[in-house]
Amino acid sequence: MRQFNDSEHNIQNEESVILFLVVWTVTEITRYSFYTFNLLNHLPYFIKWARYNFFIILYPAGVAGELLTIYAALPYVKKTGMFSLRLPNKYNVSFDYYYFLIIVMFSYVPLFPQLYFHMLRQRRRVLHGEVIVEKDD
Amino acid sequence: MFPVHCQLYFCRLSHEATSELLKNPETRLISCSISATLKAKYPPVPLTDRPQNRHARRWVSIALLSQPAAGSARSRRGPAAWTRAGRGVRAPPDWPQRGARGRCRGGRRREAARRMGTRAGFFEVEILDWKTKEQLCFLDKVEPNATIREIRLMFHKLYPRWYPARQSIKLDPKGKSLRDEEILQHLPVGTTATLYFKDLGPQIGWTTVFLIEYTGPLFIYFLFYFRMPFVYGLDERFTSSPHPVVNLACICHSFHYIKRLIETVFVHRFSHGTMPLRNIVKNCLYYWGFAAWLAYYINHPLYTPPSYGKKQINFAVIMFLLCEAGNFSIHVALSDLQKNVGLFTLLCFIQMTVWAKDKHCTYLREFKDYPSLRMPIIPFLL
Repeated sequence: MRQFNDSEHNIQNEESVILFLVVWTVTEITRYSFYTFNLLNHLPYFIKWARYNFFIILYPAGVAGELLTIYAALPYVKKTGMFSLRLPNKYNVSFDYYYFLIIVMFSYVPLFPQLYFHMLRQRRRVLHGEVIVEKDD
Repeated sequence: MFPVHCQLYFCRLSHEATSELLKNPETRLISCSISATLKAKYPPVPLTDRPQNRHARRWVSIALLSQPAAGSARSRRGPAAWTRAGRGVRAPPDWPQRGARGRCRGGRRREAARRMGTRAGFFEVEILDWKTKEQLCFLDKVEPNATIREIRLMFHKLYPRWYPARQSIKLDPKGKSLRDEEILQHLPVGTTATLYFKDLGPQIGWTTVFLIEYTGPLFIYFLFYFRMPFVYGLDERFTSSPHPVVNLACICHSFHYIKRLIETVFVHRFSHGTMPLRNIVKNCLYYWGFAAWLAYYINHPLYTPPSYGKKQINFAVIMFLLCEAGNFSIHVALSDLQKNVGLFTLLCFIQMTVWAKDKHCTYLREFKDYPSLRMPIIPFLL
């Protein structure tokens, strides 16, 4: 049975943590540079290019890093019951952090594609000047 | 130069739509039929090619606006590459085919009709798409006292997939939908009425939706109350709670939803017959979800009865009954069933508007048993 109180099994030592840390760092630096230069009305083309091209690799990589990290933490959460509230109690409420994390992981499935395709559409519009006509509902 | 209908199409692109398309630095204006302000801002370039495909009119118009700058890679590929829709341009796949419907006419026919003069007394109705202003339908010889319902039926005959309930017909593209009872000649239109159509999507009747929404919680609560094996585990299956307050909660919850079902069938009158189909998923999730959530905790084997005892229970029951009575009285008052005042007066005391969320809070405060079935203030049939 794995022990959870020795340093080797700390979740922050997982490779997935380094993955999403590096990926989101690069993304954020690009993104905020883009916003800053935009506000200063002096946007170099390569910043715009970077902002609308890096995400193609970085966003899926970042999401993968996050999901792997949550998955690695699940056994630890279940064993220690952290952030959870159990019955019986005066208010008759309960909260299970373990199942909450599982629901969060599943919620990436509908939400991330929406973000990704939105970015792709923005990219086509900004970098290639395409006119995209939406079907109205 | 341009065929007549192409130029007319350019006229019909609104100012906002045209300037939106022109904002992109790669697009160039070709036709001259736009406002002076836009023309000054985006000087036009003469067209060197003629659109080939009349039926891809909408696509062609957008591609023409996207004529590439001279010498760029796209222009070197030649005009054939962009007389069809360019990259990124998509027309809706189920756009109704023009010309295939009997009564759809272009501008030329309308010009001819106007020159000949319309038959005295009759109206002409043209229906345009609210977004693209494309003419979907042209009806001549419409009775002046025709109602919007009849126009919807005529439109439905031309486009069978758009049944009347999902047609939004309006005078103004961004305005309110016209009601079925409105009469054509009482509308602020000339003898040629221009109406705008918007598809509301698949519809479902209000009564159907309410019945589904309210029957769900009724039965879902019982799954938890009777402790079905899959809810609390096999050890607790079909057991019952030692706390009488749990039984009282079940009675109140069931009474509430039975009352709602009765109201849906006999009391409520809905102004629009239908709502969009996708709403039913959202609404059912809300009602069924909430019912399951509160039923789970109230009927749980480890349930803790209320901490303040009898006083808390009595207060909660009184609030519940008052709220139900007030809610019911509001529904009756809004539905014009005043002819049955004698029957409903027994149940209608106090005017309050309460929503189901308050009911949720009341349940969480919980009930404990109180010995007799005394009804404190209101003689009530329970």
